[in-house]
Amino acid sequence: MSILVLGLNHKTANVNIREKLAFNGDKLNEGIFALKGLPEIDEAAILSTCNRVEIYTLAKDSTNSAEAIKDFLSKYHSINRDELEKPLYFFSGSDAVRHVFRVASSLDSMIIGEPQILGQLKDAFDFALNKKTTGVILNKLMKNAISTAKRVRTETRIAENAVSISFAAVELARKIFKELSGKSFMLLGAGEMAELAARHLVSNGVKDVKVANRTFERGCELAQDFNGRAVRFEDLLTELVSTDIVICSTGASDYVLKKEHMQKIMKERRHKPVFLIDISVPRNIDPDINNIDNVYLYNIDDIQEVVDTNILERKKEAEKAAKIVDEEVEKFTKWMASLDSVPTIVALREKAEEIKNEELEKFKNKFPDIDADKMKAVEYVATSIINKLIHPPMVALKENSEDRNELIAMIKKLYGINGDENAE
Amino acid sequence: MGNITFKLALIFYFAATIISLVEIFRESKGLSKLILILAACGFVFHTTNLIVKYFEAGYLPITGMHQASSFFAWCIILIFFFLEFRYKIGIIGAFILPIVFALMLSSSTFPREILPLSPVLQSYWFNIHILLAFAGNAAFAIASGVGVMYLLQEYYLKSKRLGGLFQRLPNLQVLDEINYRLITFGFPFLTLAIITGALWAENAWGSYWRWDPKEVWSLITWLIYALVLHLRVAKGWRGKKAAVLSIIGFLSVLFTFFGVNLLLKSLHAFS
Repeated sequence: MSILVLGLNHKTANVNIREKLAFNGDKLNEGIFALKGLPEIDEAAILSTCNRVEIYTLAKDSTNSAEAIKDFLSKYHSINRDELEKPLYFFSGSDAVRHVFRVASSLDSMIIGEPQILGQLKDAFDFALNKKTTGVILNKLMKNAISTAKRVRTETRIAENAVSISFAAVELARKIFKELSGKSFMLLGAGEMAELAARHLVSNGVKDVKVANRTFERGCELAQDFNGRAVRFEDLLTELVSTDIVICSTGASDYVLKKEHMQKIMKERRHKPVFLIDISVPRNIDPDINNIDNVYLYNIDDIQEVVDTNILERKKEAEKAAKIVDEEVEKFTKWMASLDSVPTIVALREKAEEIKNEELEKFKNKFPDIDADKMKAVEYVATSIINKLIHPPMVALKENSEDRNELIAMIKKLYGINGDENAE
Repeated sequence: MGNITFKLALIFYFAATIISLVEIFRESKGLSKLILILAACGFVFHTTNLIVKYFEAGYLPITGMHQASSFFAWCIILIFFFLEFRYKIGIIGAFILPIVFALMLSSSTFPREILPLSPVLQSYWFNIHILLAFAGNAAFAIASGVGVMYLLQEYYLKSKRLGGLFQRLPNLQVLDEINYRLITFGFPFLTLAIITGALWAENAWGSYWRWDPKEVWSLITWLIYALVLHLRVAKGWRGKKAAVLSIIGFLSVLFTFFGVNLLLKSLHAFS
């Protein structure tokens, strides 16, 4: 009985293969039943995102089952076995558990620490749970994966720093302003990256949005998008007096905003801080403006540098996270081992003996004068009662039934047998 | 009793200071809690110490440098707790606690005996005058600590050095706001301290103003803070310039406090 992970991700497979193997919509629904239907497989779940496809199973025998799953994948997606083999990775036992925990904690993601993957993994397992293709073990695996991911999130700073241009812009704005909600924002020009950054600022509470564009009509369109208003390019300097954050991305070949403009604007706005983000190349805002008090000017390289350092920072934190994952893997494997029926049988017997001895002791204390023969008779009765009581669960445990794992878990719960103790 | 509580307060403040400095580089929630607990313990002993001395003497025992520094530190830490409660900026401790500890340490180097209050000081004006002066100066002390934080953060943002300390420091707006609030809080106290002082001087010595060095330096301090407030309100000065001025203001406070007593002859000399 072993947990298996078989899959591929953005590191091992290019998008051509990833899309061939993707389980979208109905394909997932049918696929998961087909997978569960394999005789080698006891429990199954499928994760399919744009960056990875992974098959999680509980199987009786790892090598044969892996082959069976590969056959299934190749047939189901009508993909050549050889083509499939190369990008595929395969883990079993505690390595498989580690892999799932790493994926959940976003240590295996393209951008380390991005939180999306945990939600996707949860959805994948919830789907399997609803279809009843998973059981005690994979459900517990998912539960522990979530708690591992939470530990990683709270105990390391892996998700703390922005790793995209638009997040970095918001993060920097937060270091200048107390809150973004009351702030006024201007999108100067257009462009995909600028619009994305603008969208992030708006979703972080920036209220008053202005769009200034050389072509007023284009500005109007964009403004509608952001629930803001278009301003005329000629009014730029007057509008800037009441603007706290500017993202600039125009196609101009020289400076749209010169130092003397900004000095005048700052005086008029009584030196209230301004955050300027110039992502245009060539630059549209005079770099010297950064030397004016209370003006903070960042160009595309500055922000890219923030992003790069943060990515580096995350990699460092990932090492700390790996330790947490190891601890959790150990916990889980212990729990798995405890599911083995032999220690459970022993524990159940011990528990029964313990109860019997306790009760006999109490009895003896109550009747200290009882003679030895009678005491023996009482002991005999007690022994046969507990034996009769634990006989059916013992038999059930020894049988190699389909739902043995559920049964073991259930018995442990009913009799209050602690899993971890028995693992040792 | 007096000496033990003082020493305990000193030790606790020392521990809190060290840990707050360590915590700058090794962020941890446990450590920030520990800092507050240590500072609170120090504060309890410190308060006990002041109360014991008050009852021993029968009047506010601020007649020597020892007691004056100690009381100054006490006022600062009181405002620090208030700020921490209101804004919850853990790292602020690293900028305030060293000031508190330094004051306590300097206090411990001065003779400790409580001097008899000279008849001229025996007036309730004395208590009011001193309490006002210390409350105001304590607010200025913290404003300067916050000013240093502002300058650091501003430097990081301008030079784009966005490392560890940058991440830990709060945003510029909040720092500027705290700095401003502390000065608007401290300024009326200083003003009233000077007025009550003048009234009392008239009572005791027969003239409101005697160009005593302490009086002159208090006036200089007052003028600096008046300038800060004026420039803020009238010219929209804020941020870096305001932070620098608040630090200069506190240097003037320190000189009024230590320099005048130790270097110049003054009627106000605590001993």
